[in-house]
Amino acid sequence: MLESSKDSAKLDAMKRIVGMIAKGKNASELFPAVVKNVASKNIEIKKLVYVYLMRYAEEQQDLALLSISTFQRALKDPNQLIRASALRVLSSIRVPIIVPIMMLAIKEASSDLSPYVRKNAAHAIQKLYSLDPEQKEMLIEVIEKLLKDRSTLVAGSVVMAFEEVCPDRIDLIHKNYRKLCNLLVDVEEWGQVVIIHMLTRYARTQFLSPWKVDEVVDEYCENNFYESDEEQKEKDQKLKTVYTMDPDHRLLLRNTKPLLQSRNAAVVMAVAQLYWHLAPKSEAGIVSKSLVRLLRSNREVQYIVLQNIATMSIQRKGMFEPYLKSFYVRSTDPTMIKTLKLEIMTNLANEANISTLLREFQTYVKSQDKQFAAATIQAIGRCATNITEVTDTCLNGLVCLLSNRDEIVVAESVVVIKKLLQTQPAHHGEIIKHMAKLLDNITVPVARASILWLIGEYCERVPKIAPDVLRKTAKSFTNEDDLVKLQILNLGAKLYLTNSKQTKLLTQYVLNLGKYDQSYDIRDRTRFIRQLIVPNEKSGALSKYAKKIFLAQKPAPLLESPFKDRDHFQLGTLSHTLNSRATGYLELSDWPEAAPDPSVRNVDVAESAKEWTGILGKQKKEKPTKKFYSESEEEEDESASNSSSGSGSDSESEKEDKEEGSTDESSGSSSPSEESTDSESDSKESAAKKTCRAVNESDSEDIKKKKAEGIFKKRSTSSSSDSEYTSSDECSSGSKSESDSKSDSESGKSENATSNKKEEKPVQDRKTPKNQDVFLLDLDDFCPVTTPVAVPTAAVLSPSLTADLEGLSLSSSSVIDVTMHVSVPTKTHELLHRMSGKGLAAHYHFSRQPGIFGDCMVPVQVTLTNTTDQKIENIHIGEKKLPPGMRMHEFNPIECLEPGGSITATVGIDFCDSTQTASFQLCTKDDHFNVNIQPPVGELLLPVTMSEKDFKKEQGMLTGMNETSTTIAVAPQNSTRLVIIERVVKAANLGVVPSGQDNIHRFAAKTVHSGSLMLVTVELKESSTAQLIINTEKTVIGSVLLRELKPVLSQG
Amino acid sequence: MRRRCGDRAGTGLSGQTAQACSRDEKMIHSLFLINCSGDIFLEKHWKSVVSQSVCDYFFEAQEKAIDVENVPPVISTPHHYLISIYRDKIFFVSVIQTEVPPLFVIEFLHRVADTFQDYFGECSETAIKDNVVIVYELLEEMLDNGFPLATESNILKELIKPPTILRSVVNSITGSSNVGDTLPTGQLSNIPWRRAGVKYTNNEAYFDVVEEIDAIIDKSGSTVFAEIQGVIDSCIKLSGMPDLSLSFMNPRLLDDVSFHPCIRFKRWESERVLSFIPPDGNFRLISYRVSSQNLVAIPVYVKHMISFKENTSSGRFDVTIGPKQNMGKTVEGVVMTVHMPKAVLNMNLTATQGSYTFDPVTKVLTWDVGKITPQKLPNLKGIVNLQSGAPKPEENPSLNIQFKIQQLAISGLKVNRLDMYGEKYKPFKGNCKKRVLRKDPKYQIFHDTQTQGANSRRTCLLLLRSV
Repeated sequence: MLESSKDSAKLDAMKRIVGMIAKGKNASELFPAVVKNVASKNIEIKKLVYVYLMRYAEEQQDLALLSISTFQRALKDPNQLIRASALRVLSSIRVPIIVPIMMLAIKEASSDLSPYVRKNAAHAIQKLYSLDPEQKEMLIEVIEKLLKDRSTLVAGSVVMAFEEVCPDRIDLIHKNYRKLCNLLVDVEEWGQVVIIHMLTRYARTQFLSPWKVDEVVDEYCENNFYESDEEQKEKDQKLKTVYTMDPDHRLLLRNTKPLLQSRNAAVVMAVAQLYWHLAPKSEAGIVSKSLVRLLRSNREVQYIVLQNIATMSIQRKGMFEPYLKSFYVRSTDPTMIKTLKLEIMTNLANEANISTLLREFQTYVKSQDKQFAAATIQAIGRCATNITEVTDTCLNGLVCLLSNRDEIVVAESVVVIKKLLQTQPAHHGEIIKHMAKLLDNITVPVARASILWLIGEYCERVPKIAPDVLRKTAKSFTNEDDLVKLQILNLGAKLYLTNSKQTKLLTQYVLNLGKYDQSYDIRDRTRFIRQLIVPNEKSGALSKYAKKIFLAQKPAPLLESPFKDRDHFQLGTLSHTLNSRATGYLELSDWPEAAPDPSVRNVDVAESAKEWTGILGKQKKEKPTKKFYSESEEEEDESASNSSSGSGSDSESEKEDKEEGSTDESSGSSSPSEESTDSESDSKESAAKKTCRAVNESDSEDIKKKKAEGIFKKRSTSSSSDSEYTSSDECSSGSKSESDSKSDSESGKSENATSNKKEEKPVQDRKTPKNQDVFLLDLDDFCPVTTPVAVPTAAVLSPSLTADLEGLSLSSSSVIDVTMHVSVPTKTHELLHRMSGKGLAAHYHFSRQPGIFGDCMVPVQVTLTNTTDQKIENIHIGEKKLPPGMRMHEFNPIECLEPGGSITATVGIDFCDSTQTASFQLCTKDDHFNVNIQPPVGELLLPVTMSEKDFKKEQGMLTGMNETSTTIAVAPQNSTRLVIIERVVKAANLGVVPSGQDNIHRFAAKTVHSGSLMLVTVELKESSTAQLIINTEKTVIGSVLLRELKPVLSQG
Repeated sequence: MRRRCGDRAGTGLSGQTAQACSRDEKMIHSLFLINCSGDIFLEKHWKSVVSQSVCDYFFEAQEKAIDVENVPPVISTPHHYLISIYRDKIFFVSVIQTEVPPLFVIEFLHRVADTFQDYFGECSETAIKDNVVIVYELLEEMLDNGFPLATESNILKELIKPPTILRSVVNSITGSSNVGDTLPTGQLSNIPWRRAGVKYTNNEAYFDVVEEIDAIIDKSGSTVFAEIQGVIDSCIKLSGMPDLSLSFMNPRLLDDVSFHPCIRFKRWESERVLSFIPPDGNFRLISYRVSSQNLVAIPVYVKHMISFKENTSSGRFDVTIGPKQNMGKTVEGVVMTVHMPKAVLNMNLTATQGSYTFDPVTKVLTWDVGKITPQKLPNLKGIVNLQSGAPKPEENPSLNIQFKIQQLAISGLKVNRLDMYGEKYKPFKGNCKKRVLRKDPKYQIFHDTQTQGANSRRTCLLLLRSV
C-alpha cells in the first residue's frame, strides 16, 4: 500500500503502522518503504512518517540517512513551523553520523528570527548532547547565546537545556538573572517550573542567608515579650538594617509570588519550595495557603503536596497551624493520602489543639480502613510523647483500645503502649497485668512479642504473673513466630535471673526447645543465653554480669516522624518524594558566607551608562534600609534591573540591527500605523512647532521599526491583535489618544454620536491592560529601552536614536528611560471637606505611579472617609465639567463605605499639560458634591532617565526661546547634592540625571500628555546662589515650574 | 537501558556512545497506557525505546496496593522512576530517568488526559484505541524530547483537528486528512492560548459559577469542618480578539484564587478585576476558596438511626433527609452513598422517594433521592442483614450526601459586570439563558453522618451579537 500512488492508500498504511508502533509491535522491517515517503506532499503522511522515523531511525541508521536531505531542505523553508518541525525530527533521529549536521542546524536555528524555531533549537541542544557529549563546549556557546534571548517562549526551553548540559556553569546566568526574573510571569507554565528550580539553586549560591537575622529577631521578641510595640518596632528596624537583602534576591521573591496563583500545581509547588529555601522565615508563610488549595486537586497531586507539607510542618509548625482543619481526613480519601494527612496533623499537634485532634483521632481509630486505624494509633503515641500534658490521657485511651475487637488495632495499641511505658517507667503494673491477660487472644506476632518484652522487662513489678506467662508460652513455643520465640527466650532469661526458684526448670525447658529450633537465629540466641545465665565451669567472667546485661535500663525509643530526615532534599523534587537520591539530583548548596560580588549581574553598558549604574547602586543601598518593604523601593529595583538588563551590549545591538532590517518584510503590518501616525500629526494643532514636527516624524519612523519588531517578537500574555498594538504604540509616541479611537472606528463604521460616551470609556479602560502589554512587549524587544512604563519612552527615546543614527556611533547607545519613582510627595490636598460633604470627606494626592490608566493620564489617589455614623452607599463620579481636551478615568463605584471607614480609589486625569482645574461631581446614593482637582505643575511630568551626554545633546536643541532661567538664593543647608535632589524631586516629578560635576545637578522629565522633554538644571554658584535653568518646548509649563521650584531651594 | 547499550555495541559504535547511554536525559522518557486488567494498550517513546518490562514494577506495586486508588504515584525501579496517574480507569505511567519535579510530570499527565477528554468526549480505552493515530499525533505535539511543547487545547486543535463522525466519513471517502492543512499561527502569536481568526455569528459568553460545600458533620449534627470551594467555568464564543474584564460586587470574598494563565495578575492585584483575553471555547477561568469558613450554612440536614443488634445478625437502618434554610431554592439531585461495613450481606429497605441500590460486592448503598420537597421528607428505612456469626460492626458507617441547588451561590459571590474591549461588535446585556449544569458537585463525607453538599449556581452573563 505504501507503494501506491494514491495518498489515501498511503495514509491508510501509515495509520496502521502507527497503530502497530503504539501497541509496541515491531514494524522496523517496513523501514525502506516508509522512508521513501518522507518527502510526501501530504502533511499528514509526512507527520506519520516522522513519527515512524523517530521510532526506528536508531535501529536502521544507514537507511535513515536517506531522509536527512529532506530535512536539510525543510530547514530553509520560509514557514517557521516547517523549519521547527524539521529541526525537531532531525534532532530526534539518534544517528551519530549526523552530529555535525545537527550542530550546524542548531547553530543556525538559534539565530532564527522566529522564537518558535529558537525554542526548538533549545530542545535540540539537549538531544544532541545526549547523543554526543563531546559537543558540550559548542553547545554551551549556543546556550549562552539563547540565554540572552528575550522571548518568553525560548526562556523555559533554554534553561532546561542549561540544566541538562551545564548546570554548573552558573556564570552564564549572572547577566541574564534579572531578565529571567522579569520574564518569569509570562513564560509558559512548564518553563516556569524549570526556571524557578534553576533560580533557586542560583540564589543559594549568590545571596546571603536571610535566616540568620530572623533568628536574632525571633530570639529578641521572645526575650522582650512585654516590651511596648513601638520600642519593639524600633529595635526590629535596627536589626533589619544589619542585614539588607540583596535587591536581586528581593526581585526574585517578588516576581515569583504571583505565580502562587497559577492553575498549574507544579508551578505552585516550585514557588513554594523557592520561598521555603530562599525567603526570610517570616515570609515563607504566604505559600501555605496556596499549598492547601492544591489539596483539592487530584489524588496524585495531593500525595506529593502532602509529602512536602509534612516535611515543612516538622520544621516550621506555625506555617500550617491555621489550616489544621484542612487536613482532616475524609472517608473517601485513599489510604496513602489519609496516612499523610495524619502525619501532618501529628506534626502540627501542640498543647492548644491537642484535645481537638485527639477527638478527631478517636473517630479515625474506628475507621473501617484498618491500616489507617493502625497509623492513627501510632500518631496518638507520638502526640503522647511529644506533649507531656496528654500522655496520661493518651495512654488511657490506648488501653481502652486494647479491648477493641479488631486484632490489628489491638496489636498496634500494644506496640505503642509498650513504647509509651518505656518513656514513663512509673505506674504500669496494672496495664501490664491487663496486657498479660490479652496474650491469650492476640495472635499478631509483633504485639505478642511486645507484651512478652514488657513483662520480662518489668517482671519484678508483676512477680506473680510473669512465671505464669512463661509457662503458657513455653507450651505454645513451637507454634510461635520467630519474633515471639526470641522474646520468650528473653523473658525466660530475665526471670531466671530475678526469680530462679520458680522458673529455673521452665527456662531450661524453653532453652532446650530453642536449641533445636529450625531458625538459626533462635538457636544462636539460645546458645548465647544459656552460656550467659546458666552457671557452669566453663562460663567466663561474663555470667557475673548477666543480670546487668539483661536488666539494664533501656533508653526509651523516640517516636519520630518518618519525614524527619527528608529535609535535606530540596522540596518538590523526585528525590524528596522517594527519600533517596535520584539520578541527576543536584544538591542545593548552603548559603555562602560572604555574598559574591553582586555586580556580576549588572549588564555591561557602554561607558556613558556606567556612572549611572553606579548611582543607582548607591540609591539602592540607601533606600532599602529606610523602607524595606516599601513599594517605591521595589519599583526602583525593578527599574534598575530592567534598565540595566535592557541596555544591551554591543553584540546585541548589532543583532538588533539585523532584526530591524529583516522585519521590514513585515511592513504589511507597519504600514497602516504609518498612515495613522501621519494623519495624526497632520491633524495636530498648529501650535506645535515645526521643529517639533520634524522630530515627531522621524520618531514615527523609528517607532514604526520598533513596532514591526514588536509585532514580530512579542510574546506577552496579554497583548492583543496587531491593530491594537499599533494603537498602543501610537499612544506611546505621545499622540493624542483620541486619534486611536478614531483610527479604530474609521476603519470600521462611523461612530454613532450617541454612543460617543460609551466609546470613550472602553478606550480608556483599554489603556490599562495595554500598559502591561507594552511592558511585556518591550522586554521582548531589542530596543534598548526596557522599563515597566515603557509607554512614554518611545517619544523620548527616538530623538536620541535619531541622533545615534546620524552619528552612526553604536557604541554610545544611549539610554533614556522613564524611571520609576522613588519619592512620592506625601502632601495631600483636600477634595471635599467633611462639613460640605455631609460627612463624606475626600482627600487626594498624586501617587506618581506612572501608566496606571494609560500614558496620558495622571493618576490621582483619592481617599474617601466616612465621618458619619451611617453607611454611605454607592459613591461614584457623576457629571464631569472638564475643559476641552481633558479626560478622566473614573474609579469603580464604591458599593458601600462603613461608618468611620476610609477607602482609597484612584482616578486618572489627562490634564492636557495644563494646570486647568478638573471639576466633577462626587456622588453618593442621595447626594452629589462639586469638587475640583487642580494639579501642581510638577505632577504633570513623568521622570525620564538619560545619560549626561544625551541631556546635553537635548539641551542643545532646546535653547533660545525654549529656555528659561533665573538666579536664586540657596539656603546653605540646601546646597548638598542629596538635599537638592530630594527637594527638587519632591516638588516635581523629575528624574535625576547623573552628573559629572559636583556643582551642577540635572533633572529630566517629559510632560505627561504630549511627551515634550522638560530639562531642569541647577547650577550652584558661589555665595549660595544658584542658576536654575529649564529647557522645554512647553514654555508655559516651563516658566510655571521655574516659579515653583524657586522657593523650594531657597527656603531653609 | 542496558539493552540500548547492547544494541549500540552491536552496531559497532565506540565507547563514546556508551557514555551517551550513561548520560540520562531529563523529563518524560516514555508513556504507557495501562487498563485496569493490566494490559498495556498504548506506548509512546520520546527518546530511545524503553522496554515494556519496566511496567512489571508498576504491576507489582499495583498488586501490593490492593485498591487502585492506593497505587503510589511515584515508584522507583533500578534504572527508572515511574510516575503514574489514574484517570477514568486508565493508568498513565510515565518513565523518567532522572531527577524531575514529580508534580511537573503529574500535572502534565493530567493535561494529556484532559486533552483526550476534550478531543474524544471521553478518556476511555476504547476512545483511545479508536483514535490511536490522533493520540499519537497529539502526544507528538505535546512533548518534544520529554519537555512539554504545546499543551493548550486551542493550539492543539489547530494543529490536529478533533475527530467528528462526519469528518471521518468524509476522510475515508476523499482521503483527506485530519491534520490541519493551514499551519497554526497561535504558537507564534503573543497569546498562546487563543487561536487567531475566530469567527461566530452569535457572539456569546457564558460563565458558570459552581460552588461546592465541603463539610464534615459529626453524629450530633454539628459541623466539624466546612469550606466553600468554587470555580468559574466559562464558555466563550466571541469573534476576534476580545479583551474581557469581569468584576465582582464583593471580590474580597475570594480568599485564595488560582487563575487560568490568560488572566492578568497585575490587574487583579491592583483592582480585583479579572482582565483577560479568553481562549476560545470551554475553559476554567478561576477556581477559588471562600474565606468565611465559619459562616457556611449547610442547606440540608439528615436524621439517621443505624443500629446493629448483637447476636441477631440483623440491624435497622432509618435515614431521613430534609432541607434547611436555603433561600427558597429547591435542593435537587440529592444522592446519598454509604459504605456499609464488610459484615453486611444485604439490605431490605423501602424508600418513600427515589430508588436505592446496594452492591453486595463493594458494600456500597446508593440512594438516588432526586428533589426534596419540604412537605414530604424523603426517608429510607428497613432491615440490614449481616453475615451470621460475624461480630457486630462496631461503628456506624458514614453517609455521604451530594446535592445541588441551581441559581444559588452559597458564598454570596456576585458578579458585577462584564466589559469587552478590543472588538467592535456591541455587547448587549441581560439576556440570560439557562443551561443545565454539567458538572456535579463533589460529595462530602463524614464521620458518622456526613453531609456533603454542593451548591451551584450558573450565571449567564452576556449574550453578544455582532452588530
